[in-house]
Amino acid sequence: MSTLPRPEELYANINHTPPKTDWMDVPVDIKPGRYCYAANPESLNYVGFPHARKWNPLDEDWKLPENWKEIIFNGIRERLDKYRSFKVFMDICVRCGACADKCHFFIGSGDPKNMPVLRAELIRSVYRGEFTTFGKLLGKFAGARPLTEQVLKEWWYYLFQCSECRRCSVFCPYGIDTAEITIMGRELINLLGLNIDWIATPVANCYRTGNHLGIQPHAFFDMIDFFCDDIEDITGIRPEPQFNKKGADILFVTPSGDVFADPGTYTCMGYLILFEYLKREYGLDVTWSTYASEGGNFGFFTSHETMKRLNSKIYMEAARLGVKWIIGGECGHMWRVLHQYMDTLNGPEFQSPNMIVPTNPITGTVFQHAASTKMIHITEFTADLIKHGKLNLDKSRNAGIHLTWHDSCNTSRGMGLFEEPRYIARHVVEKFTDMPPGTIREETFCCGGGAGLNAGECEELRMMGGLPRASAVKYVHEKYGVNMLGCVCAIDRAVLPGTMKYWVPEVSVCGLHELVGNALVIPGEKEREVNLRGEDLPGKEDE
Amino acid sequence: MKALYSLFLVFALAAIALVGAGALGMERTFGLYIPFLAAAVFVVGFCWRVVQWGKSAVPFCIPTTCGQQESLPWIKQSTIENPSTTTGVVLRMLLEVLLFRSLFRNNKPQLYSDTRVRYASSKWLWLGALAFHYSFLIIFVRHMRFFTEPVPAFIRGIESVDSMLQIAAPTLYLTDLIFITAVTYLFLRRVVVPSIRYISQVQDYFPLFLILGIGLTGIFMRYFAKVDIMAVKELTMGLVTFSWKVPQGIGVIFYVHVFLVSILLMYFPLSKLMHMGGVFLSPTRNMNCASRKFRHINPWKFENVHYHTYEEYEDEFREKMVEKGLPVEKPL
Repeated sequence: MSTLPRPEELYANINHTPPKTDWMDVPVDIKPGRYCYAANPESLNYVGFPHARKWNPLDEDWKLPENWKEIIFNGIRERLDKYRSFKVFMDICVRCGACADKCHFFIGSGDPKNMPVLRAELIRSVYRGEFTTFGKLLGKFAGARPLTEQVLKEWWYYLFQCSECRRCSVFCPYGIDTAEITIMGRELINLLGLNIDWIATPVANCYRTGNHLGIQPHAFFDMIDFFCDDIEDITGIRPEPQFNKKGADILFVTPSGDVFADPGTYTCMGYLILFEYLKREYGLDVTWSTYASEGGNFGFFTSHETMKRLNSKIYMEAARLGVKWIIGGECGHMWRVLHQYMDTLNGPEFQSPNMIVPTNPITGTVFQHAASTKMIHITEFTADLIKHGKLNLDKSRNAGIHLTWHDSCNTSRGMGLFEEPRYIARHVVEKFTDMPPGTIREETFCCGGGAGLNAGECEELRMMGGLPRASAVKYVHEKYGVNMLGCVCAIDRAVLPGTMKYWVPEVSVCGLHELVGNALVIPGEKEREVNLRGEDLPGKEDE
Repeated sequence: MKALYSLFLVFALAAIALVGAGALGMERTFGLYIPFLAAAVFVVGFCWRVVQWGKSAVPFCIPTTCGQQESLPWIKQSTIENPSTTTGVVLRMLLEVLLFRSLFRNNKPQLYSDTRVRYASSKWLWLGALAFHYSFLIIFVRHMRFFTEPVPAFIRGIESVDSMLQIAAPTLYLTDLIFITAVTYLFLRRVVVPSIRYISQVQDYFPLFLILGIGLTGIFMRYFAKVDIMAVKELTMGLVTFSWKVPQGIGVIFYVHVFLVSILLMYFPLSKLMHMGGVFLSPTRNMNCASRKFRHINPWKFENVHYHTYEEYEDEFREKMVEKGLPVEKPL
């Protein structure tokens, strides 16, 4: 692992002026701190990925299969037919540069190959050389170049310096989505067994145990039980969540990060408190599943096919348990998959015909906008409850918190979830201030760890990528005294605490339902003295 | 260097026309055959490319959502930036195609001391692109008077608005000025801004110089060389009515202009200029964002793959599940 420079040092070294040499003549330089370790072959084998082997990105020899070029070319050919997005995006970029300075990795690193246009050109140049007449005839003159091992290494390095946040696509006049190109590129190099371990192992885990962290059913039960102990200590009420319960009304699926690491665990406690409240007050029947115990889908970062295989468990489990509809927890790319892919991938194959359009039995609200997937976001659910006055909230319990809101990339640019979380936030905290325009909503910045880049060994890259987000937080921290950054993404909750500690140490990170859990008054609960983190509540410090 | 290559290339093309239509007297070739061929290549090539794109599947609904989704009735949806109806999608596309909505959003990060990044609005590219495309469009429409008889009223209307300042004789078209300024801006931007220079290739400079060359030769022949307009119209009308003839004494500059236009037409389908057609096919913009409401169907099937079923899962973990009191399908 590399040693991370101090923030001022890292910042001072950002240089946005590219070198004089033509980019095609700048060889790839794989820098420690900016790449993730190679995939463990066992993980690749578990899900049947090809060419699993031990290799090291820093080695000269990547032990490529002999016909590797043929594999790549066939892969490109196949994808050009299967994805219009890929084909059109290969052809129509005019290199206007509108996207160039929109990528958080470029802003924070200055590496010109992190400009989305150039990251895509890495692949486009090969496409031109091999798949267009013009490129074949005119070569470099037409912006084409041959595929060499150096080029492949460059692909690998920079495709894993894209968090697929889609911010660039917002600014592109043709909607070219570099994430889409990255997805295709990763699929291609995945055909050669060139994945990273922080993706490959969660995928294998998820396939086997139902979640990325490899938590087996009994352990999953124990972890949640643990949170129930804590909640009992804090509130005097012990939640009794149900697991794998046949005949429950609703299946709840959340990212497994929420049951594993702080501060996601507090968010998880928030879900537990909310569902317990609703069960006691209104008889709401929700079940968790140990088999479908993951909302996140790292398959998305390997291939569409793997995404489908992992995603299938949610509908299969919903059908087996006979639930009416599904609620999904706070997660980023999980929601991009659930919103834009799930219904197409697995709807016809695995969705039970007995499911109904999600209907909140407490308020009567029919979630027509999820009529086909039968799955809604928990903030849509909670916002609806608050609007109908169904929750007894005491926001003074969050009085010590001055919240700002991080719109997570995928729920922003792959869904459009902006008002629901803010509506909830304003009902559970007293002080809420948004960050400046240009850094929130559809223009929100990535945490720097999306799409599988949260490995310890690429921390430097993450701190660079986290700079734009942190900088906006710093602004509201200094100007308004913001001390908490809320989000609806498990990767954010895993990445941003480190990023904040590095750039804005005075600001903590939380999920939205942690704040809901703090504010929600369960009937019969004892007077709370601490919040879900075990910290004294405002006004309770001296007692 | 890449810019110089492109400049040289455009000069070379102009020279070919000068020599060909001038010294060698091949007026028929440069006035009739090449333009006709170029128009055919353009039409066939353009359609071919669009059909090729159209043949690729759109397996998933992947629009970039740039505003509030449709959700609860009391939350105001951004019906254009995150459309859930066809009308919304059409409006979104119109804003994009006619007003370059996405470019309008453009901003520029600036690094300040004290580890701070700020963003300033940057609309120059939007303005330059809009000026360029619209003046190009108007000039194109104006040129239709060479291919129509009688000239439709709306073309005359555009002409009179365009020349309302009544400067010089023949009167100066405002679009000519805007056009040259915009192309020059787009070129300078590529050379002056280091990051844009870094990503620019020959294929970025070449069309700019080519288009600039077309503009300058056009202006030169209208305001300075003053070619025989009646003769030009005779030629162009002949071209479209297939009674091909080449009037004498048009002036060689006309052939240079026409030759550069012909090159542009032929280059078009081979190049990034196809963004004109591609913008309509971009799935991130032209799809409905209500992907949870309406099922999007993937036209191809995934190959038969194995799914990890619940049965297999329970078989592996049954003992541990029973121990914790988790329900199981089959007892131990």
